[in-house]
Amino acid sequence: MARLIRTEKEVEGRYEEVWIVVDEDALDRWPAGPLTTVGQRVPRVDGLARARGQALFTADLQLPGMLHTAVLRSPYARARVISIDLEPARSAFGVRAVIGPADLDQLTDEPGYVGHAVAAVAADTFGQAQAAAERIVVEWDVLEPLLDADEAVRQESFVSDVANYERGDFERGLGGADVVVEAEYRTQVVVHNSLETHQAVCHWEDDGITIYISTQYIWGIRASMADHLGLPPDKVRVICHAMGGGFGAKNSPGDYTPIAAELAKRTARPVRCALTRREENVAAGNRNATIQRLTAAATTDGTLVALGGDFVNAVGYSGWSATTEGPMKMLYACDNVRTTQYPAKLNLPPMAAFRAPGFVEGTFGLECLLDELAVKLGIDPLELRRMNYADSDRTDDRPFSSKNLAECYRRAEPHWAKRDEVRARSRGPWKHGIGLASQIWYGGGGPPSYAWIRVGSDGRAQVVTAMQDIGTGTRTAMAQIAAEELGIPLDHVQVSLGDSARGPFASISAGSSTVPSMGPAVRSAAADAKRQIIEIAAQRFHLEERVLDLRDGQIVSTDGGSWPLTEVTGLLESGQILGQGARGPNPAGMQVLTFGVQVAEVAVDVETGEVRVDKIVAIHDVGRVINALGAESQVEGGIIQGIGHTLSEERIDDPATGSILSRTLDAYRMPTIADVPEIVSELVDIPDEHLTNLGSKGLGEPPIIPVAAAIANAIRDATGAEIRSLPITREEMLRALREAEAREKERRGAAAAV
Amino acid sequence: MGRSLAQVLRDDLGFTGTKVACGEGHCGACTVQLDGVPTLSCITLVHTVGDREVTTIEGLRDHRLIHAFVRTDAVQCGFCTPGQVVSAAALVAANPSPSKDEIQHAMSGNLCRCGTYPKIEEAIRTWQD
Ligand code: FES
Ligand code: FES
Repeated sequence: MARLIRTEKEVEGRYEEVWIVVDEDALDRWPAGPLTTVGQRVPRVDGLARARGQALFTADLQLPGMLHTAVLRSPYARARVISIDLEPARSAFGVRAVIGPADLDQLTDEPGYVGHAVAAVAADTFGQAQAAAERIVVEWDVLEPLLDADEAVRQESFVSDVANYERGDFERGLGGADVVVEAEYRTQVVVHNSLETHQAVCHWEDDGITIYISTQYIWGIRASMADHLGLPPDKVRVICHAMGGGFGAKNSPGDYTPIAAELAKRTARPVRCALTRREENVAAGNRNATIQRLTAAATTDGTLVALGGDFVNAVGYSGWSATTEGPMKMLYACDNVRTTQYPAKLNLPPMAAFRAPGFVEGTFGLECLLDELAVKLGIDPLELRRMNYADSDRTDDRPFSSKNLAECYRRAEPHWAKRDEVRARSRGPWKHGIGLASQIWYGGGGPPSYAWIRVGSDGRAQVVTAMQDIGTGTRTAMAQIAAEELGIPLDHVQVSLGDSARGPFASISAGSSTVPSMGPAVRSAAADAKRQIIEIAAQRFHLEERVLDLRDGQIVSTDGGSWPLTEVTGLLESGQILGQGARGPNPAGMQVLTFGVQVAEVAVDVETGEVRVDKIVAIHDVGRVINALGAESQVEGGIIQGIGHTLSEERIDDPATGSILSRTLDAYRMPTIADVPEIVSELVDIPDEHLTNLGSKGLGEPPIIPVAAAIANAIRDATGAEIRSLPITREEMLRALREAEAREKERRGAAAAV
Repeated sequence: MGRSLAQVLRDDLGFTGTKVACGEGHCGACTVQLDGVPTLSCITLVHTVGDREVTTIEGLRDHRLIHAFVRTDAVQCGFCTPGQVVSAAALVAANPSPSKDEIQHAMSGNLCRCGTYPKIEEAIRTWQD
């Protein structure tokens, strides 16, 4: 029965209260651990097509008569257009349409960041469009940009309200502390740089529009473009068969989709608007920089008595302010916590969600500070974390639906126990050390999400749902879940997705929510089909339904009977069994979170400041694992992105003008195959018994969260140097080493004076 | 104006297996082989190809490396993968059992933002299995 409920919905750590209609979600729980296909190591069902270059990306789409777009973007961080002359572009060779600030909301005559879209040209080829865009004549009034985040806080230039939080009494807690540590941490701007750039192809047909787009959220694009165009949503069809990476930056239509839609309307042709790599590094979103001024206080027995922080999020010109303070509020059982978060509005390109926004940055600060505290207390860092273990969500005292962080810590022990061995590897200028950091994050997903399934007379099943596979292995996971429930071989299941006109609503692929949101809907659709098959079989074989089951492509009865599935489905000829399923609600009154710990081994050359990561052990608790192989890939991918964030990646902004200096994959340094350490990944794989019919949480984001802190803590272990800012360049490493040396001298001097 | 080999392959001939992710020689997504030598097609002008044989991912469709990439899960979004396979195929043609260092050396020009690198290494180490 459909039920109407009021529930909290969480995406990327942001909550809203919504009404949701849910169907019952009452299936037997599968036993824990690997099953027939669920939980096994399964190669991707669409791997062959992708490896052969046959998967259809938006970038590969070629429609007859399709035009190409070049966008004129502001070279100034803050300016006003005094006048703009589009005519020279209009008369250029190959040009079909030119639009400017007067024609579209997404084109501005008051740009607020370098890269803000001002005008756009559609032409027969991209080269022609680019050449024409360069002919547009703009007279600028260049204004003074606001580029410094602390200055923005002073001027109260914010994108949203300042967020204050306090539980207990921070000052009182501090007063009762034996040891207090304070530090300022800084994290840099990093860019997603998905290999397929942001792009869309828009095509008006009849009275509606078809949008091919590289996206993480087919239905979100449909809703926002319908709203933008003033169309009923069913006149907007959104298609994404394969997409080349998003990492959080492709949740919305951006400027390129409205631009392509407008140009397509004016020219009555399909129009592609694809960002170049250089635009991608400027105008496609980024993980924003942060400044974190943190305090941690404990009594000598290791009890955390106060945690506090001022968090400045350098959000950029627009966007939303991620909960950088989240880990400080949630990770430990501290009674007195006070945080303030400032969402600084600047004349810099807008942020976009990037793999665990806020928590990656906040975990770096908090977990580094906790290790500084451990050193001062003389307590083992792993022990200190165990001493302050949170048994419930301390922000509202809700119980966790499941939490196996203690088990993660237990499994980390043998790796952590190698500390002396690792340190003993130090030779000459190369100092070795080991560090760890914990992880907390969302990842529970939620309703609504739906799936259909059809089983034909040949006993093969097709899962139909209008979701997207952003490269995380969604098709494979959904096929596994359907095959498991139906008791048929995996290669008898096909998954059809990627088209809003074909299949029901499906959730966003962000916030580590795809498997926990969609998986239960697919299982319940398969269960619906299975129930019908058993009903028919019972009539066919004159048996009671309760003695029948489906297994290995057979209908089996408890008394040992066994018939091929096709003996029943074959009766249907062209008929089909149709199943449908919906995602049930999250457990009421409970907090659904993911947890983990990572242990890093590093080597530092104290003469040159070179840092080498030798090994990372990642142990995470995300409930039931659907595909052990795909999960391992997610962990490795997250860690490798984390290593880039920690050691090499940084968007370089000119502090005087706000211009972006790193616009190529040469200047913006992402990890290569030669930068990858040994990675050991382990998933606890205990189903969350309160969460859905699967007990699975998401895994896309957790692995990137603790990487930076684990590496920085290993550096401290190796050298005594305290890392304060990311990325850990040689300059930062050498600065930290010099500071550590000065501290040590001072300590020795003080000791000698006594 | 000169056209790049990548443009001709993708736009004129419809061989869209070759991807363009940067268009300026920094990422390796557009790698093809010219007489067996891995070459960045986005910065190769088509008129300079001459009579060299061009091998794209379409021509390596049944290479055992493809199956090794799938088996080891060296494919996430798959946008970099054709370029990775083309580079790897040139490597194993010259050196069927490359060492870890040799793999890193030959493959470090092919970026993968999804981070399939450990699996790529495994695929190349075990491609003959
Ligand atoms: S597309 Fe040719 S190197 Fe990037
Ligand atoms: S698989 Fe996505 S970029 Fe390599």
